[in-house]
Amino acid sequence: MLYRENGQFKSSYAADLQMLPIAQDRWFVLVLVLFAFLAVPFLASDYLFLSILIPFLILTIAAIGLNLLVGYCGQISIGHAAFMAVGAYAAYNLVLRLPQLNFLIVLLLAGFIAAGVGMLFGIPSLRIKGLYLAVATLAAQFFIDWLFARVKWFTNHSTSGSVSTAPVELFGWIVDTPVEKYVFLLALLIVFTVLAKNLVRGHIGREWMAMRDMDVAAEVIGIRPVYAKLTAFAISAFYCGVAGALWGFVHLGSWEPLAFNLTLSLNLLFMIIIGGMGSLLGCYFGAAFIVILPILLDQAPLWLGVGISTATASHLAFMIFGALIVFFLIVEPHGLARLWAIGKEKLRLWPFPH
Amino acid sequence: MKWQLKPAALTAAAVTAALASGAVLAQAKEQFFPVLSYRTGAYAPNGIPFANGYVDYLKLVNARDGGINGVKIVFEECETGYATDKGVECYERLKGKGPTGAAVFHTLSTGITYAVTDKTFADKIPIITAGYGRADSVDGTVFGYNFPLGGTYWDAADMLVQHIGKKEGGLDKLKGKKIALVYHDSPYGKEPIALLEQRAKMHNFELLLLPVTHPGVEQKATWLQVRQQRPDYVFLWGWGVMNSTSIKEAVATGYPREKMYGVWWSGAEPDVTPAGEGAKGYNALVFLAPAGTGSVHKEILKYVYDKGQGTAKKEEIGEVLYNRGLTAALLSVEGVKRAQQKYGKKPLTGQQVRWGLENLAIDQPMIKKLGFDGFMTPVSTSCVNHSGESQARVHTWDGKKWNVAPEILHADNSIIKPMIRTSAEKYASEKKIAKRDCAKEAD
Repeated sequence: MLYRENGQFKSSYAADLQMLPIAQDRWFVLVLVLFAFLAVPFLASDYLFLSILIPFLILTIAAIGLNLLVGYCGQISIGHAAFMAVGAYAAYNLVLRLPQLNFLIVLLLAGFIAAGVGMLFGIPSLRIKGLYLAVATLAAQFFIDWLFARVKWFTNHSTSGSVSTAPVELFGWIVDTPVEKYVFLLALLIVFTVLAKNLVRGHIGREWMAMRDMDVAAEVIGIRPVYAKLTAFAISAFYCGVAGALWGFVHLGSWEPLAFNLTLSLNLLFMIIIGGMGSLLGCYFGAAFIVILPILLDQAPLWLGVGISTATASHLAFMIFGALIVFFLIVEPHGLARLWAIGKEKLRLWPFPH
Repeated sequence: MKWQLKPAALTAAAVTAALASGAVLAQAKEQFFPVLSYRTGAYAPNGIPFANGYVDYLKLVNARDGGINGVKIVFEECETGYATDKGVECYERLKGKGPTGAAVFHTLSTGITYAVTDKTFADKIPIITAGYGRADSVDGTVFGYNFPLGGTYWDAADMLVQHIGKKEGGLDKLKGKKIALVYHDSPYGKEPIALLEQRAKMHNFELLLLPVTHPGVEQKATWLQVRQQRPDYVFLWGWGVMNSTSIKEAVATGYPREKMYGVWWSGAEPDVTPAGEGAKGYNALVFLAPAGTGSVHKEILKYVYDKGQGTAKKEEIGEVLYNRGLTAALLSVEGVKRAQQKYGKKPLTGQQVRWGLENLAIDQPMIKKLGFDGFMTPVSTSCVNHSGESQARVHTWDGKKWNVAPEILHADNSIIKPMIRTSAEKYASEKKIAKRDCAKEAD
């Protein structure tokens, strides 16, 4: 009743090409963005910002990056934390060695460096597919872990192998308090989401999807696999590189190679699988699921007033988290984004379903 | 009718105000102690006794003395699993609790220390890293809120080099020798490298660096290198399951355990017992507290365990790491106590507790009075020096218990001080931190 597009006519090409064709969606997103920018900074506590919202925003960027490759182009990667590490260390070295650079330029350059590395490790995808490719990308993970742990130049000869950074500065604005960090990241996330949305519905995204659905057929109709696969790797690694630089500079402040280990790679993969492959909305859902749920589960016994030891609570949280992943995958193998879409379909027919 | 509403509203306001102030009064006499612990994961065998000791001492202070000078201690545990990200989350979760916020944190992992150090400047909450953390954080002018009380890894490495130097008959006899460092490949394990490299240059011994990846159950490649290179001594910088694995591998490789020296985190019961008889002869540093029981343990049994409030099993009281947890809690409590002398017997903020930690003066009579005779070394700090004099001893495992050697080791400050200064300066410039002027703050 409320959610119907009846009476909304498209009278121009521009209207036909809108990202959100339904007016209600547009209003919803607009209100959500305004709420996130104007209301959340006054409502949330430091804890909510630093432990939940900031990791959520950064990991969403990374998840979008991985989703472009896995969900849209169909190339599996379990080494994307490595590209985040490349972004983080590239940004660290750029800031260290070229301190006059603006942080936005540093961020872009870090992304480009990660894109280069991503393309390098994407080359095997031209010959191998599926699980074999997954194993090849695992090599990226191990190689890059090793590189930053062992080659001292990258960490500026830090004795402990841990590097630390000063707060981000943009045109004299020092992004230091939790609220400032949140606003800065939110703005970046919106820019990167819009970019990704336009990429996937443009010619390049269509090439990726053709490759994903059937590579031989795609080749026959004139799509170059080298171009399609390597651009997917490059752009995906670019997103992860930017996310990695933000993870290091904005979220952690000081980090060691362990911050970008295999667990993070797998978490990114879980995010897009649970959220929904080939869906940008799914990246948001997946990141929220993976970031927030363990923290909620960990604290739930305390809120409920159940006096169990922290060890038991932590073990329980692990078990429930695992069970929930299995549950969601059984209920909806296409991810939370699909559940959302089903909900929208239902809402359209409400209150008179067939 | 209108005028009648006013008094009613006033009464309501008065009642609410009274309730609110009552709540404030009820809250006012509490000091919040955050407890980061790891009772799960690969390092749990070592994390559990430490956490038990820490919590038991806080319970003892509440049960025996009714808190710190009448200010009750409240605490909450948060599980870190020894992971940096979870540790930071715990820090954020606990830092604002209690009427005045967290008094002082024990970060309990060098990785978490590195991450939290940056946050302390804004939050103004001190962190104690007794026997771990950043070696350069001794410099209180840069690291305003870090307290590596009792010693750092640079101190530990220096003591070990001096100790084996003495065994060989002089530090100059180390020339041409080979010393291997088998270390946990994390900020913790890498911390001593800078000092060992410095010492290697001074005495011309060869330093072999053999990293072991987390969690350290796979060390075959490392010990193959030990077998090939045959170092004269092995320093072990491990934690958790890595320690016992190393000792087992040493047995398998046939490397003499008498030539192995562990840091103070590689010398507890869970490290040696899995290797059984093979661990005999293995040495490690003892820091602050060796194994055993004293008068404080009796009081814990009397006030805490006899009432069924104990955290550990009774037979675990007196283990090395349990005792270290006790001393860690003692340091927190004494810091608050010292700060109360200046700011009054009320709940204090982190900033105020920092003053207490900066002006610690725990001497031998005081240790005795506290019941820690033999489990604590004197600690005195200042605004400039956040660590105090560091000392340790070596203990050796005889198959059943740890035997402590009487000789007390001291680190050579003429070597460490300049290293601390350079490293702290580098941190200050990287982070753009303004240094404190301790002369101005003194009153």
